[in-house]
Amino acid sequence: MTATMRPNQSACPACAAAPAAESLAEVDRTPAQIALSLPGIHCSACITKIEKALNAHPAVTSARVNLTLKRASIEAEPDVTAQEMKHLVEGLGYEAHELDAGTLNATATDKAGRDLLMRLAVAGFASMNVMLLSVSVWSGAADATRDLFHWISAAIALPTIAFSGQPFFRNAWAALSHRQLNMDVPITLAILLAIITSLWETSLSGKHAYFDAALALTFFLLAGRYLDHRTRAIARSAAEELTALEVPRATRVAEDGSEEVVNVAELAVGDLILVRPGARMPVDGEISQGTSELDRSLLTGETVPVFAGVGQGVSAGEVNLTGPLTIRANAVGQDTSLHQMADLVAIAESGRSRYTSLADKAAKLYAPGVHILSALAFVGWYLYTFDLRTALNIAAAVLIITCPCALGLAVPAVTTAASGRLFRRGMLIKHETALERLAQVDTVVFDKTGTLTAGTPELTNLADLPRRDVELALALAEGSSHPLAQAITRAAREAGFAPAQVTDVTEVPGYGTKGLLNGQEVRLGRASWTGAQGRAETATFLQRGAAAPVGFTFTDRLRDGAEEAVKALLASGKQVYLMSGDTTPAVEALATRLGITHWMAEALPADKAGRIQAMSDEGKHVLMVGDGLNDTAALAAAHVSISPATALDAARVASDIVLLGGDLSPIAAACDTARAATRRIRENFRIATVYNVIAVPLAVAGLCSPLIAALAMSASSITVSLNALRLR
Amino acid sequence: MTILAYLIPISLFLGGLGLVFFIYTVKSNQYDDPEGDARRILSDEYDDHPKR
Repeated sequence: MTATMRPNQSACPACAAAPAAESLAEVDRTPAQIALSLPGIHCSACITKIEKALNAHPAVTSARVNLTLKRASIEAEPDVTAQEMKHLVEGLGYEAHELDAGTLNATATDKAGRDLLMRLAVAGFASMNVMLLSVSVWSGAADATRDLFHWISAAIALPTIAFSGQPFFRNAWAALSHRQLNMDVPITLAILLAIITSLWETSLSGKHAYFDAALALTFFLLAGRYLDHRTRAIARSAAEELTALEVPRATRVAEDGSEEVVNVAELAVGDLILVRPGARMPVDGEISQGTSELDRSLLTGETVPVFAGVGQGVSAGEVNLTGPLTIRANAVGQDTSLHQMADLVAIAESGRSRYTSLADKAAKLYAPGVHILSALAFVGWYLYTFDLRTALNIAAAVLIITCPCALGLAVPAVTTAASGRLFRRGMLIKHETALERLAQVDTVVFDKTGTLTAGTPELTNLADLPRRDVELALALAEGSSHPLAQAITRAAREAGFAPAQVTDVTEVPGYGTKGLLNGQEVRLGRASWTGAQGRAETATFLQRGAAAPVGFTFTDRLRDGAEEAVKALLASGKQVYLMSGDTTPAVEALATRLGITHWMAEALPADKAGRIQAMSDEGKHVLMVGDGLNDTAALAAAHVSISPATALDAARVASDIVLLGGDLSPIAAACDTARAATRRIRENFRIATVYNVIAVPLAVAGLCSPLIAALAMSASSITVSLNALRLR
Repeated sequence: MTILAYLIPISLFLGGLGLVFFIYTVKSNQYDDPEGDARRILSDEYDDHPKR
């Protein structure tokens, strides 16, 4: 999974920042904690090979590979760098990426999950034992034996409830102290009332005790809580891993010209920062040295690289393409243009209609209803018999029967099943109500650059070019890491061309590559540098002496599954829009190619968000799929949003779902899964209601024995869980 | 019926033993890497001399 979710460009700041963490480690001599992501490991041989190699390193204290998380955690002497470890593992033939240990720390120990699991285990143990004792009571144990069994049950149930019920008690107390009702109030009331009446009955050697019901209730509800927690924890840890892959480091150049790798957070205004080709601008600033080209597609959606020279301003998030640049920071951290976008996002979010989940809607109807019903039963029976004991018994029975067991399981069981299924297909559900919102979607808005297209150019006119030009261009392009040059190399090599004999090939950052062919200078690069006329589409030019320059044109390669995704969405009757910050011809070409009839080019971030807001006002439920900084506001404004893993961190944070693979095709299927999941949730509510409709009249009439309560509760919980599992 | 006096404590004790054992497994991080542990047991490399 991790193999595909790592963007090429964002992995590169880490590779560029070679002498890595020493500076951090030198400050304090605590042992270094290094985490590596190892997406390629799959077997026991991988584990032993990597662990052996790491442990063989003299400075490593301990190394442990986790195959489930596909991670290695290394403890080493302070002067060991993550880069060293990374190269060591890569030397063994495995892909390795550094993970920011600070970001990951939160996931290392999932205390809350462990706590819930412990309470669940205790409740399970106790409810099984008490159930065994209860079965003998139901099958006819009488007099002293029955009392003995009841007392033993009480001895087991009381401490268990005190321990396992705590999450409910705490939540209920929190809600009550804010003068509100939530699901936990009726749960707490049911558990406590059941325990009190049962104790009372037992002390009077009565026939009915509800210890087993109280424990089973706790057990089933905790199971629901635990499922819910796990689904969220998995999503959170995967999202954190994505963030941790981008280690925020920058190379600071001191006055004397020495370079130092520092954390981006330590940069100050006025610092000189060296940005190597392939790296991302860590701060806003002005170029003080060097020429290069910049890829601004993540910020604006433009695909054509922009020339960058001394004195020009750069924004954080832009990618440096060809030559090393030294920039003087004029805004760092929260002041960068990257962060200023956050204001726009905040505005968009405040406009987003607050979605109430199905579970909340059910709880709103349910919580007061249960209390009223049980209170009415109590009052009715008290007035009828003037016997407090009978009335209280019946009130407890009503509360237990109407227990929101099935409700507590109905949603988490389905969400767990659906999220698990989508996760295997490469979609990470970040927000708990994202699935329900995804099910309502009727309009899909796509961003172009980086979302529908992969952000890598593809040569389009290879067939029209003379052979000798292609061979010459190949010779010039081969040495360059510029995306356009690499596209030429790839296309020419695939078509079987061999490079021409060119000598003295040098790259002129910001302009192109030049060389000598039979003593004559040849150039491959920007239009202005090769004497050519600029074109509307992305193009680079080959100049040979005085001859007219030859143009190489490019198109942005479509992301895998983009066509299928758009086709499937259109087929399922959804409206599909394309909104991009790129130029009109580029957007129009792509829209025609994919069969999208509604498109909008040269859109500013605020335009995108505004358009989506307008659609929402028309009553449409919009799904926004985007990756750039210019999409963040739109992502936040949409009803539900998806961003690919290659997106900027800011865009991933603003979206509800992250697409882990490079493939877009799961989007359409995800909408179907979401709809199926919501249908199951509704079904589950119906099942729970049917059980209540049958059992509540019995309870109110005073005909409900602990046996019936236990049967109704277990049967409804199990049916609901099984129904959720049908989703796969 | 006196047999109950033995059997109930015995069954509770055995059940409790299972519970304590489960809590021990949770506390000692045995569910952190289920996939890796399943593979490790097949490995014939023995870590007889851990560094610490």
